[in-house]
Amino acid sequence: MAYDAGGYGGRDYGGGYDDSYDDRPEFRDGFRDLQPPEPGFDSANYVPDVVKTFVVYMYRHIREKNVYEIHQMYEGSFQKLSERLFKQSNWPAVEMIAPYVDNDHVFCLLYKEMWFRHLYARLQPTIEQRCDSWDNYCNLFQVILHGNVNMQLPNQWLWDMVDEFIYQFQSFCQYRAKLKQKTDHELAFLRQIDEVWNVVGVLNYLQALIEKSMILQILDEEKDGNLTFTATDGYDYHGGTNVLKVLGYFSIVGLLRVHCLLGDYQSGLHALLPIDINQPGVFNTVIGCQITTIYYYGFANLMLRRYLDAIKSFNQVLLYIFKTKQYHQRSSQYDQILKKNEQMYALLAISLSLCPHPKLVDENVNNQLREKYAEKMLRMQHSDEAMFDELFSYACPKFITPAPPNYDEPLVNFNQDAYRLQLKLFLSEVRQQQLLSSIRSFLKLYTTISIAKLASFMDVDEPTLRVALLTYKHKTHVINNDGSVLSNADVDFYVDDDMVHIADTKTTKRFGDYFIRHISKFDEIINDLDRVQLE
Amino acid sequence: MPGAQVPITIEQLVALNPYNPDILPDLENYVEEQVVTQTYSLDANLCLLRLYQFQPARLDVRIVARMLVKALMALPATDFNLCMFLIPERLQMEEPFLTLATLAHFLETAHFREFWDEANRNRDILEVVPGFEQAIQGYAIHVLSITYQRLPRSILAEAINVEGLSLDKFLEYQVNNNGWTLEKGGQLVVLPANEDNHPVLRKSSADSIPLEHVARLFPVLG
Repeated sequence: MAYDAGGYGGRDYGGGYDDSYDDRPEFRDGFRDLQPPEPGFDSANYVPDVVKTFVVYMYRHIREKNVYEIHQMYEGSFQKLSERLFKQSNWPAVEMIAPYVDNDHVFCLLYKEMWFRHLYARLQPTIEQRCDSWDNYCNLFQVILHGNVNMQLPNQWLWDMVDEFIYQFQSFCQYRAKLKQKTDHELAFLRQIDEVWNVVGVLNYLQALIEKSMILQILDEEKDGNLTFTATDGYDYHGGTNVLKVLGYFSIVGLLRVHCLLGDYQSGLHALLPIDINQPGVFNTVIGCQITTIYYYGFANLMLRRYLDAIKSFNQVLLYIFKTKQYHQRSSQYDQILKKNEQMYALLAISLSLCPHPKLVDENVNNQLREKYAEKMLRMQHSDEAMFDELFSYACPKFITPAPPNYDEPLVNFNQDAYRLQLKLFLSEVRQQQLLSSIRSFLKLYTTISIAKLASFMDVDEPTLRVALLTYKHKTHVINNDGSVLSNADVDFYVDDDMVHIADTKTTKRFGDYFIRHISKFDEIINDLDRVQLE
Repeated sequence: MPGAQVPITIEQLVALNPYNPDILPDLENYVEEQVVTQTYSLDANLCLLRLYQFQPARLDVRIVARMLVKALMALPATDFNLCMFLIPERLQMEEPFLTLATLAHFLETAHFREFWDEANRNRDILEVVPGFEQAIQGYAIHVLSITYQRLPRSILAEAINVEGLSLDKFLEYQVNNNGWTLEKGGQLVVLPANEDNHPVLRKSSADSIPLEHVARLFPVLG
């Protein structure tokens, strides 16, 4: 069946499922197997008929490269069966379903990928299961990198693979860092498994996917118009495969995320450079990817003091979520979307408190922001450090300590160390910017004012004021990669000996855009009139 | 030429193979090289800090300290902060990191007098990196240039830690080469005009229209 790009693959598609799933062929045999299982139900060794049908159909659709059907089953049927049959238990082990799919090696790896993802979402993985999942990802990525797989999979699934891979890595680091509650068995196990979820391994897999897929060259050549990648959402319409290319693409976002989790914001942003977030791209095709990209991009810029970039990107994606979140309500991703939405409002509140630029924020987003954070923003503008602490702690990523601990030293929990460091450094930056807010509010009231007078208003001595003015200039001026200086100050000034002159910041009305818009519109009307035929 | 190996530069290593712990010694040597040759590479140094994060036992305090001094010299860029994000907190509580953090704090908040006092008390950390003093003076002048059109001589003196005859010579050099002028018998320094200390010079983006917007009109107008 030909894949229709206009149908669901467009950027506005929700990705949820609806009740017409009950009519799907894999549920054809009726609902008798969908009753909740009896207690003592041995889900690992019993394969319900409906699951047999599920894997058979899934296997067929993958062989036939029927991306639409794969997506329906992946997003819809899998979720439904999980909800009805495996709410608190695992899907049948891969060995049980393998006979129904010709023991196909690749399908089994894909099935296990879904199997582990279900486990992590519903239950607590044991340490052995964490290791097995790592092995499965290694095998899966090896096959994709070196095995010439010829499949087309939905972007949603490919994104989920990268996303889950990093999530499980993060989870393992957090798990390993809580040494106090570990049993002797677990500690002994941990000592021996240095390569499992090793940070170098994780980074190298992401890097390998990027390199082998040649995604950087593809994105480059696309700019010259030499081939299409973005225009087809990454899919291949000539009988080829999209898997390696799209995984490579999503790994770019993956690198951004991992670097941010390690506190290396510069490298994260550097890794993201090949993707222009201001242009439509494959990252828009999966809402989870779009949100993750902007969340980490914005956060990294916030930590680099590039407040304008942070504000603009948060605004962009928050507006998008505002307009489209109703389409995702039935999706399994919905909770995640809402969580990140709230976190980004908090980050936007922080950014705007440090760098007020109300004009950059869309009206709808601003209304939401006011509703959630009006009072907190006021307190932050008065340098309430506790408020910055609260919002930062709520909204920041779950930072990790990548290195294994020294198991011979006394056992402590160090899972909070990474977060505490980032918070501490962020708050010290906030403290350095303490006087900026009051300078801003005083400067807005005057066109010129002497140093002496301003100092007395602010209740500081003159040298302190001069130093604060220099700090204001330093903190509001960003150095770009090419060395140029960019000011993100909303109120600017210069000092002439002992007088402060405030720059006239009255924004002139933009007549140009207005006229252009109306010229085009008028032209349209004229053309329409020409086409009207009078009887 | 068959058989000949093209020597790979550190920059290439960092770009192509950054997550390989084997390159750690090369990166450490490169820090020393940056100090001696008065060059600087943020990417290579971040790469080294990252590898130290992965293998904390191999962290060399002396090398990290040198790296941080180089990062201070990169002000007004935020390099010092970027490095600190990657250094474990308990290490930051020890010397020389505590002193370096204090110095950074003074510079970030333009407390130049306090900075030079503290720097004087810690010459051992700083003197090993040639060019330090000039780099900080450059930063101080940068901040003054984006703030002041005309500034009192005493403020300049405090910011760059130069007084008396040395300051006279310094000013003479700036007047002859960098467009500075002096007024009031040398008591007032006039800095060259730029977008930041002369906001009228800033191109108002409100009035400019990108070409592509106007281009949309060409079919209509033509």
